[in-house]
Amino acid sequence: METTRLIIVAVGGQGNLLASKVLGEAALISDVPVRMSEIHGMAQRGGVVESAIVFGDATSSIISDGEADILLGFEPSETLRALNRCSKNTKVITNTATSPPFTVAIGKGVYPEVENIKNLLSEKCASLVAIDAMKLAKQAGSPMSVNIVLLGALVQTGSLGFTRETVIQAIKRRTKKSFLDKNIKAFELGFKAAFAYN
Amino acid sequence: MHKLLNDSPGEQIMLLGNEAIARGAIEAGVAFATTYPGTPSSEISLNLFQMSRESDLYFEYGPNEKVALEVAAAAANSGLRTFCMMKHVGLNVAADPLMTLAYVGVTAGMVILTADDPAMFSSQNEQDNRYYAKFGNLPMLEPSSVPEAKEMMKYAFKLSEQLKQPVLLRTTTRINHSNAFVTFGKMEKRITRGRFERDQTRCVTVPAVSRQLHTKVLEKMAKAKEISEGCEFNLQEGEGRFGIIVNGVSYHYALDAITDLGIADKAKLLRLGFSNPMPEKQIKTFLKGCEKVLVIEEGEPFMEEAVKAFAQEACITIPINGKSENLFSRLYEYDPAMVREKTAAYFGIDYTPAKKVSTDNVPQIPMRPPNLCSGCSHRATFYEIKKAAEGMDIICPNDIGCYTLGFLPPLNMGDFVICMGSSVSTSCGFSKATDQKVISFIGDSTFFHSGITGLVNAVFNNHNFTLVILENDITAMTGHQPHPGVDMGRFGLDGYGRVNIENLVKALGVEHISVIKPFKVKKSIETIKEALAFKGVSVIISQEPCALYAKSLKLLKPRAFRITDRCKDHKDCITTIACPSFYLEDGKVNIDADTCVGCAVCAQICPENAITPLKK
Repeated sequence: METTRLIIVAVGGQGNLLASKVLGEAALISDVPVRMSEIHGMAQRGGVVESAIVFGDATSSIISDGEADILLGFEPSETLRALNRCSKNTKVITNTATSPPFTVAIGKGVYPEVENIKNLLSEKCASLVAIDAMKLAKQAGSPMSVNIVLLGALVQTGSLGFTRETVIQAIKRRTKKSFLDKNIKAFELGFKAAFAYN
Repeated sequence: MHKLLNDSPGEQIMLLGNEAIARGAIEAGVAFATTYPGTPSSEISLNLFQMSRESDLYFEYGPNEKVALEVAAAAANSGLRTFCMMKHVGLNVAADPLMTLAYVGVTAGMVILTADDPAMFSSQNEQDNRYYAKFGNLPMLEPSSVPEAKEMMKYAFKLSEQLKQPVLLRTTTRINHSNAFVTFGKMEKRITRGRFERDQTRCVTVPAVSRQLHTKVLEKMAKAKEISEGCEFNLQEGEGRFGIIVNGVSYHYALDAITDLGIADKAKLLRLGFSNPMPEKQIKTFLKGCEKVLVIEEGEPFMEEAVKAFAQEACITIPINGKSENLFSRLYEYDPAMVREKTAAYFGIDYTPAKKVSTDNVPQIPMRPPNLCSGCSHRATFYEIKKAAEGMDIICPNDIGCYTLGFLPPLNMGDFVICMGSSVSTSCGFSKATDQKVISFIGDSTFFHSGITGLVNAVFNNHNFTLVILENDITAMTGHQPHPGVDMGRFGLDGYGRVNIENLVKALGVEHISVIKPFKVKKSIETIKEALAFKGVSVIISQEPCALYAKSLKLLKPRAFRITDRCKDHKDCITTIACPSFYLEDGKVNIDADTCVGCAVCAQICPENAITPLKK
């Protein structure tokens, strides 16, 4: 089976690890081998959280620089920071809603223009889908479902080979029952937004 | 019921490496488990703690790793299957009992887990604890994947019972924090009551006994070596003239490299999963017929040096390499591309690495370092100490916990950090060696871990410094585990004692003790000034629960603040305390109402009184 390497980058608290678990479940349903690795040491203290998910026959559970097939970014400056994980063949999906790091507030750095981030990503990588996942999550009824909106967008691109139904089933198995309706709505909104983007 | 207690052999479930390890212990019938939490091992003990509340498994958090190991040693010598887990540097703390427990041995299976952290994702060093196995005469197992970690746990208990010796299971972060599908196996019955049979010629390590015991340890290790030869975890794969010897996660990087480079018909691979004692005969046989051999292991050249020595004995003169300037490093962790590239270079295979995109015209992206949380009481304490010590020439030894982050600007409180508890003892040294004012910081859990003895030393030797104990009622950094000063009622548990830090410090003979509530800024600063002026050992106890923990328990109901029109844009709030709830909009300071918890420290600092509670 062909190997697909996905990197998800997010800011602590954005629900990256849950998104990874949903994709792991989708892989189980689809009978695709999967291994995942996460770095979340200081996530609760505002740091960056990164997951590497390897689908298919490769046996390693981490992804080297330049070798991600797909980069899914939950925050635009973090997507850009992860550009070193990409090659010109990498498909990029990013949230455009910003969460500027605290260093910007204390004058240690300038947050890049989102338009500039989008231009750089689409110029250097194979494709780009950029959506305001926060707006869509709020529309779905919860700002907490940014992660599920982005999963919807990821699945729409078809780069993982999972069907929409499979991932919805995985969401049902892996997320809280009380959030299910909002999550399904969030997933659909992300899916549609990615479709409209192209 | 806890998902890891499901008696459902054959069930496939996605587990974190640490969950798989905990499940492995349960399947092995572990009855007694102890720890001091430390990343990347913390989720193992967290899961065992949770399971102990729903089953007859006994679990306890100890104040430090030495105590945890000694408690476990007694259980393992009373016939109970025992598991003791810690992070790599924790084994340094437990090294004293470890080295002699190896002489004494056990009467039931005992596994000691060391979670190493190559690349130091959350540690102060990247020491390679495989040397402890060699140093201490302990059999050692090293898994390469999450499912294998569970299987090795079970094997480790059996091996320990076979040898009557504790077994070291060594993981690295990429095992602990990877997820994979694991298949549940059968759960062995737990035997939860034991009996200690007196055996002074084994258990009382006076010199005459220990001389005998050392002989026995070497006999046990000779037997362990026989078991290691041909052990199912020492895998050999493929045939060819290129030899590759690997351990741990490098096994999978090497397997992928062999496939990607198309050298499956030329390469043979030996993966050492039972890596102390090493299977000498198996390694010597493996070396025969190889043209050259590459040893791939993160950390120190532990296997490489042994393999070279075996080759010398067997008069094999082929090149054997691993660590060198052009090959693998002793630094940090490895990755698949690195292993592929070095393997290709070593065996002379054509290979062009994937081309990374150029990041030349990418603008500088602002850093996102971890930060003290919104409403963290440590921030308030650091600010107040800084204010009270204005004009003094100070040294601030800090310690290990969330509050280590106090060293970051703009607080800059942290000048010397080496290990748990070192803030107190290094303060003793700094105060005697210099004329500077020494103010040190230690968290409550770390104080119980190894700060107390330093304070005893300070009282006895009449040192001169101020120790600030940051009492936030929890072990925060590793994910909110209890410690001896915690009210266990908050965990819904009764039957626990509770050690009061103020009484403890008083009992140690500290003459100047003060307690502050750090969210009362002015009053705290006044109290701190008095403590700093005291000649001798003064202790300030800063009491305020961890904001994250208090929020999770609903003890803290956030009440956000806002910036009013009175703001004259001094930005004192941002530049002095740098709470992450502040953000700038069009150059003006704002407060993010979603993250502000309402500690009101900024409101007390603002010279214009421009920060007020947000009206609902």
